[in-house]
Amino acid sequence: MKELKALVRRNTKLYFRDRGMFFTSLITPIILLVLYATFLGNVYEGSFRDALEAAGVSVSDQLIGGCVGGQLVSSLLAVCCVTVAFCSNLLMVQDKITGARRDLTVTPVRNSTLALGYYLSALVSTLLICFAAAAVCLVYLFYVGWYLTASDVACLLLDVFLLVMFGTALSSCVNFPLSTNGQSSAVGTIVSAGYGFLCGAYMPISQFSSGLQKVLSFLPGTYGTSLLRNHALRGVFEEMEQQNFPPEVVEAIRDSVDCNLYFFGEKVELTTMYLVLSVSIVLAVAIYVGMNTLSRSRS
Amino acid sequence: MGNIIEINHLNKSFGEVRAVQDLSFRVKEGELFAFLGINGAGKSTTINILCGQLAKDSGRVIVNGTDLDRDVDRIKRDLGVVFQNSVLDSALTVWDNLKSRAALYGITGREFRARFAELSELLAFGDLKKRTVGKLSGGQRRRIDIARALLHRPKLLILDEPTTGLDPQTRSILWNVISDLRREEKMTVFLTTHYMEEAADADYVVILDSGKIAAEGTPLELKNTYTGDFITIYRTEEEQIRRLDQSYTAIRDAYRVSVPNTAAATELIIKYPSIFRDYEITKGKMDDVFLAVTGKKLTGGAAK
Repeated sequence: MKELKALVRRNTKLYFRDRGMFFTSLITPIILLVLYATFLGNVYEGSFRDALEAAGVSVSDQLIGGCVGGQLVSSLLAVCCVTVAFCSNLLMVQDKITGARRDLTVTPVRNSTLALGYYLSALVSTLLICFAAAAVCLVYLFYVGWYLTASDVACLLLDVFLLVMFGTALSSCVNFPLSTNGQSSAVGTIVSAGYGFLCGAYMPISQFSSGLQKVLSFLPGTYGTSLLRNHALRGVFEEMEQQNFPPEVVEAIRDSVDCNLYFFGEKVELTTMYLVLSVSIVLAVAIYVGMNTLSRSRS
Repeated sequence: MGNIIEINHLNKSFGEVRAVQDLSFRVKEGELFAFLGINGAGKSTTINILCGQLAKDSGRVIVNGTDLDRDVDRIKRDLGVVFQNSVLDSALTVWDNLKSRAALYGITGREFRARFAELSELLAFGDLKKRTVGKLSGGQRRRIDIARALLHRPKLLILDEPTTGLDPQTRSILWNVISDLRREEKMTVFLTTHYMEEAADADYVVILDSGKIAAEGTPLELKNTYTGDFITIYRTEEEQIRRLDQSYTAIRDAYRVSVPNTAAATELIIKYPSIFRDYEITKGKMDDVFLAVTGKKLTGGAAK
């Protein structure tokens, strides 16, 4: 236990001390913020307003603010949870490159403890950043349009926790075989650039072609984004219903922002989304454990 | 004096490459053991097997009475390793680095603070405690590397080219510390080096070539077996030297005559006393031994 604690502390310190690694992990959320600040926010606001006014209902600025803000917040947290986990978990590759891994393996500490140390430290670092980001996001929502209940906030935080667990487990599997700077840069770049699209953070999946939508419906991260969307926007939709917005219009908006996800035409319930995410975490952790066991028996 | 390392018929291959071939040797407790060979000779493979970082194909390795196949963790507790390149975390301070590594041996809290104080005095790095390792000079960093290897009071210290790239003064300081440790704590030192003068101070030397032992023995035995003696004769003329009928080289103020051994030198001195007014007899150097054994010169890791 002493060994594990020391490893987690060392890895976490190294992540926050390495400015390069720290800022690289924030690139995707920063890109998303820039996109929203420059044009995406206005695009979504305009399209919501046009759609609602076409349906003959007037909408307050606060409600629109809550809707666009909820979308921004859920997108931001969705990418943050996975990309930060990937970057913080690159320490396991850095250790191989610098030789620190050899210094750790000449000690009597078990390989399983080392592997768990990397997983837990990436989890801790990512949780710290993502919960801090969630707090800033909630303050932002408070100013642009607050429609959340305490239970929404709790669910949002649970979603963040699960998505961080998923991101950390997935990154552990992907980063495990890497051993060079080139490989880690390639993975970092691909994840930073691609994950925002794949999980529907940069653009809702409903905007993609039906074929691509079907492919993306196999990716667990998509359901994580949808869970965040549902909890960040639930209050907004409830308010719309209370203001007697036509139910079909509200449902159309829910579809358009990926609150409703469909698996080959079947609507996926929230409980199923939680199940998909949880099973994915367990599977990814099992694969990571398997990779470590296999590598140990090979060496 | 018992054996702290016993290696019997060790073999390791990487695909078609036979890195270590039927290697057998002993290291006695408390001695300075030098393990020499050019890059690719099999030194690192042997050390990696010894440290439990690499699986062997066959053979038996016993460290301090423990079979590597039975209890590798116990062996790891007996070993301290100073790697060729510093492998500490350059972004962390000296204190954080040593604290995190000590915890991996179960050394924490008061016990760690006491050991840190002890090592910082021994290696004179107390003032570096809060400095980031990445900002230390080569010599300072090497001292921290040695402190890290000594944290858990190992019985066997493996030094993998510890002085490569260091200035002569730092090399001398490090060797003084290592000598003190050997004397005070009866620590066995297993050394690989490219500096032959360091190997000359060893108690026992094994020279590895292409994964096999090419020669082994004490430095004196190796010098006697693989090199001759040299008589440096001062204040004489070349004509006189020619009378000795031995190969020689002219140096700035003397002539250096090669003889097969000390007995041959004595014979010459008795036969030509008038030539030997001012002279000295020296043994061949470890460089000469290495060259004679492997046909290669060991200069900074490259074979010539």
